[in-house]
Amino acid sequence: MNKVLVMVAQRIALGLLTLFVVSAIIFLAVELLPGDIATEILGQTATPETVAAIRRELGLDQPAYIRYFEWLLGVVQGDFGRSLATDREITELIGARLLNTLFLALVAAAVSVPLAIGLGVMAALYRNSTFDRSVNIFTLSAISMPEFFIAYMLILFFAVRIGWFPSLSKVDLDQPLFDRLYAVALPAVTLTLVIVAHIMRMTRATIINLMSSPFIEMATLKGLPPWRIVVRHALPNAWAPIVNVVVINLAYLISGVVVVEVVFVYPGLGQLMVDSVVKRDLPVVQACSLIFAATYIVLNLTADILSIVSNPRLLHPR
Amino acid sequence: MAEIDRLKNLLSKGIISRREFMVAAAAAGISASSASLIVPSPAYAAPKRGGHFQLGLGAGSTTDSLDPGRYLDIYMQTVGHSLHNFLTEVTEDGELVGELAESWEASSDATEWTFKLRKGVTFHNGKPLEAEDVVASFNHHRGEDSQSAAKGIVDPIKDIRADGKDTVVFTLEAGNADFSYITSDYHLPIMPSKDGKVDATSGVGCGGYVLKKFDPGVETVVERNPDYWKDDRAWFDQITFVAIKDVAARTNALRTGQIHAMDRADLKTINLLERDPSLNILSVTGSQIYTVPMITTAEPFNDNNVRLALKHAVDRQELVDKILQGYGRVGNDQPIGPSYRYHADLPQREYDPEKAKHYLKKAGMDSLTVNLSASDAAFVGAVDAAVLYKEHAAKAGININVVREPSDGYWENVWMKKPWCMCYWSGRATADWMFSIAYAEDANWNDTDWKHDRFNKLLKEARSELDGNKRAEMYAEMQTIVRDEGGVALPVFADYVNAAAKNVATGKIGNNWDMDGLRVAERWWFKDA
Amino acid sequence: MTESTPTKAADPALDGPADTLEPPPARIHGWRAAWRELVKAPLTGKIGLVIVLVYIFTAIFAPVLAPYGETEVVGKQFQQWSSAHPLGTDNLGRDVLTRMIYGARNTVGVTFLTTCLTFVIGAATGLLAAAVGGWTDQMLSRIVDVLMAIPLLIFALLLLTIFGTSIPMLVLIVAVLESTRVFRLTRAVGMNIVVMDYVEVAKLRGEGLGWVMGREVLPNILSPLFAEFGLRFCFIFLLISALSFLGLGLQPPTADWGSMVRENAILITFGDFTPLLPAAAIAVLTIAVNLIVDWFLHKTSGLRDDH
Repeated sequence: MNKVLVMVAQRIALGLLTLFVVSAIIFLAVELLPGDIATEILGQTATPETVAAIRRELGLDQPAYIRYFEWLLGVVQGDFGRSLATDREITELIGARLLNTLFLALVAAAVSVPLAIGLGVMAALYRNSTFDRSVNIFTLSAISMPEFFIAYMLILFFAVRIGWFPSLSKVDLDQPLFDRLYAVALPAVTLTLVIVAHIMRMTRATIINLMSSPFIEMATLKGLPPWRIVVRHALPNAWAPIVNVVVINLAYLISGVVVVEVVFVYPGLGQLMVDSVVKRDLPVVQACSLIFAATYIVLNLTADILSIVSNPRLLHPR
Repeated sequence: MAEIDRLKNLLSKGIISRREFMVAAAAAGISASSASLIVPSPAYAAPKRGGHFQLGLGAGSTTDSLDPGRYLDIYMQTVGHSLHNFLTEVTEDGELVGELAESWEASSDATEWTFKLRKGVTFHNGKPLEAEDVVASFNHHRGEDSQSAAKGIVDPIKDIRADGKDTVVFTLEAGNADFSYITSDYHLPIMPSKDGKVDATSGVGCGGYVLKKFDPGVETVVERNPDYWKDDRAWFDQITFVAIKDVAARTNALRTGQIHAMDRADLKTINLLERDPSLNILSVTGSQIYTVPMITTAEPFNDNNVRLALKHAVDRQELVDKILQGYGRVGNDQPIGPSYRYHADLPQREYDPEKAKHYLKKAGMDSLTVNLSASDAAFVGAVDAAVLYKEHAAKAGININVVREPSDGYWENVWMKKPWCMCYWSGRATADWMFSIAYAEDANWNDTDWKHDRFNKLLKEARSELDGNKRAEMYAEMQTIVRDEGGVALPVFADYVNAAAKNVATGKIGNNWDMDGLRVAERWWFKDA
Repeated sequence: MTESTPTKAADPALDGPADTLEPPPARIHGWRAAWRELVKAPLTGKIGLVIVLVYIFTAIFAPVLAPYGETEVVGKQFQQWSSAHPLGTDNLGRDVLTRMIYGARNTVGVTFLTTCLTFVIGAATGLLAAAVGGWTDQMLSRIVDVLMAIPLLIFALLLLTIFGTSIPMLVLIVAVLESTRVFRLTRAVGMNIVVMDYVEVAKLRGEGLGWVMGREVLPNILSPLFAEFGLRFCFIFLLISALSFLGLGLQPPTADWGSMVRENAILITFGDFTPLLPAAAIAVLTIAVNLIVDWFLHKTSGLRDDH
């Protein structure tokens, strides 16, 4: 177990380093984009004097590296600064958005992960059957459609035609749980369709791969029924790659769902980041990318810990 | 009387507005009272009070601010008009009337303007409206340190002072006969002042609605102002402005009843939307123009023959049919459309590949290859419009390479930088305003880098000319110059196309801006409230 | 704005227990052996192959097959299906069938090129990290960590806006960003091979780094790489079409399926399924590619159906 702790400590240190590099890259990239907050806020009506006035006010006339280190100093002390465009506290700006994003990700994951693993196990169990093939073709079709396409079709059938669900996902922090679930139904289903294929195919491939291992042969020879072999013997040994692919999809659910947010008008973090990139609102962009990067790092670490814990050979290497 | 019949005909087809009719009739020697007898006024049902109106708008961003100096797009402009009042207002008929100003007058050289304020108006916070508030509200946009988008508009004001509690005097750098129009600009609402300063981000004004919730990029909720001084405006109890960028999402929300009205209907599918029995399409021909500016100091556009060749090489009608689906009309390479007071009815320029070849030859060329930069950031369908332009010009031996530019950064990187690109302009209240911001030699947004001595001289003279007939002549000459020698190919005027549920009622829809002159919150109501 | 698939794609991270690894694949020698494999292939594999061949044929012979010119405006907009225009016309009055056929060339061509480059970069660096280890591995892995921690689509947008949007730049940027996923997979699988005795032997024999990577390790990790190729192709396609829509991908009036889907997507909400055509073309290709991948995996995994 000690080894795991050492690894966790190492990874956290590396993670912090990664966050630092990410923030520097994003800062640099946004700096390299044409225009800045002043020209973007004023748009077609910008005049040289007003642009200069805004730059002075926001301290944008200082060299980039000074602004970066000032920002960094703030972050180290837990101060993410204020939005350049609205002068609102970033923590306040991001808080509600982050909760919304997490809520949608949670709902989508709660549906899709069990579903995908279940389908994967079944497909492995009845491989090459009609069931296996149709699940495969269905899920592959689902991932080759752009997300907005799936979303529009769901809206057409479930919102416009039969009117079961709303097409706008309006959520509020003081809404009762059931209302919130109802509001995010369609986006959650869209996301489910998008990620099920990936997890399901990995589950299926891993289990089929395991089926040729000696211990499974052994179990088969003992005359155990196939579903029992898969669930009791194959699945526990297949966790590592499955957890890995699940984790990567969870990271996607948090950082990559801008399109779904736009189509369902869901106030999540992705849209905030895109808006802020467009307006060159650097502190907000930085805060969002740090959250996304941290999510990725933490989830990755979780996956690795789970892989190690679930595999004694990695836990106690020779 | 033949002239009157022609005007009546134009009016009934909607080619000229009621106000233009009146002006033209007056010019033809008919008094205003008898002219208004000739025009049948359409009857609109009496408005009703009440209801919670949900309006979906295709703009709005998490970076929006309540500061009027930062109103960037239709979202905050419309919200702003629900919260605030202005000194003057352009009515649905295009006439200029006082809003917070009861009356105004200009000195004979049009450099000094005196506005008398309406009495008994209070702000949402209970403070009564006074001249100091007007001064502070304008000063918010003025001065060295101004960060306001309206700085360019208020720069010609040399001085503003309060004369008592209800008189404000503006002194201008140079005479401007249209100054009272400028005070209706959406950047210039009147806000309550304290110690000579306004709190621009508070959202407190003296408009028909009081701010309840402001969640930028998501929604804004306002409630009816019970003390509103206008009793024939602001009918809804409550309004939610919902930011819905995706046009399909907006359309779906409207069709499923989650919102009651939306802006910018998708033109590609407009014929399908028209068939929906629960909806009305509300479109109005305004002064919004889609332009293709050529930088006149860059090769090959520095030769007017090349510009004329390109102006003849576009099939305007096909753009109206295919890009606007009929919701627009052909342009004539100058921005002063029929909705302006001083519109001149010049002969329409037609698509003529032979003429284009002729001008090309005059420029000493057999063929021409040019790049045309486009992005849907310029306007929806800009890339498609460029592709059609390419096909049209090919018949005149002109090879246009369409270069699709990224939407992000389009206005910084492409517009006024690349020699030829797609662009759009909202119209302005007056011809002088339009010419001054985009065609005058020293204008910040002279996006063709065009300098024409005669034009610039006329522009300055016309600005302070108070004789209407003389002005009309001057503006007609300017329009001819822009059309034949300017750098802008202006193929179409685009309608504002919105859609609303059947139970939403409107009067005549104003065409000076989108969304009923931005005053949707004040002017619309529910039939069945 | 925006679109699709940042990290949804990913590594079928086989960096877990060693026993999930594929045994070394049987090598194919010569055309006759290949033909024999083909004949033995399962029906699904054959179907996949035929579909892919049809796409390639269409892409190569587009100008011959298409009834009109790629950008030619041939009539009114949104015409119904007819004998003159078998799939109708689009919003500018161009022939949809023609656009579909040229779309095969542009879309599949660019996507295929990008995917191949992705695998070249990802596999080469991944192998290098696995074979050399130590500091090289650390450096490469940390760089990849950083690149993967930034949401893919937003990063691609930033880079394309900064570096311009020519097709070579598009291919390069997408390939570099996507190759991080391939790197992780290659490195993980490669690590397990590098410690095998025969690799040790080769190293002791004094074989160079390139030889070890190319001749000993690479052939033994081909099958998971190939499996990844199938999905990665699809994800890269979606990413490029998302970028096209944002004005950062292929230039108009070039026909490409991604833009065709996006431009007409709103029709779906009115129950008109015309935009399904390009989307279906993509889906069918994805399925076909994955059928071939499945066949290949099946063949190399040593699994028999009667298991």
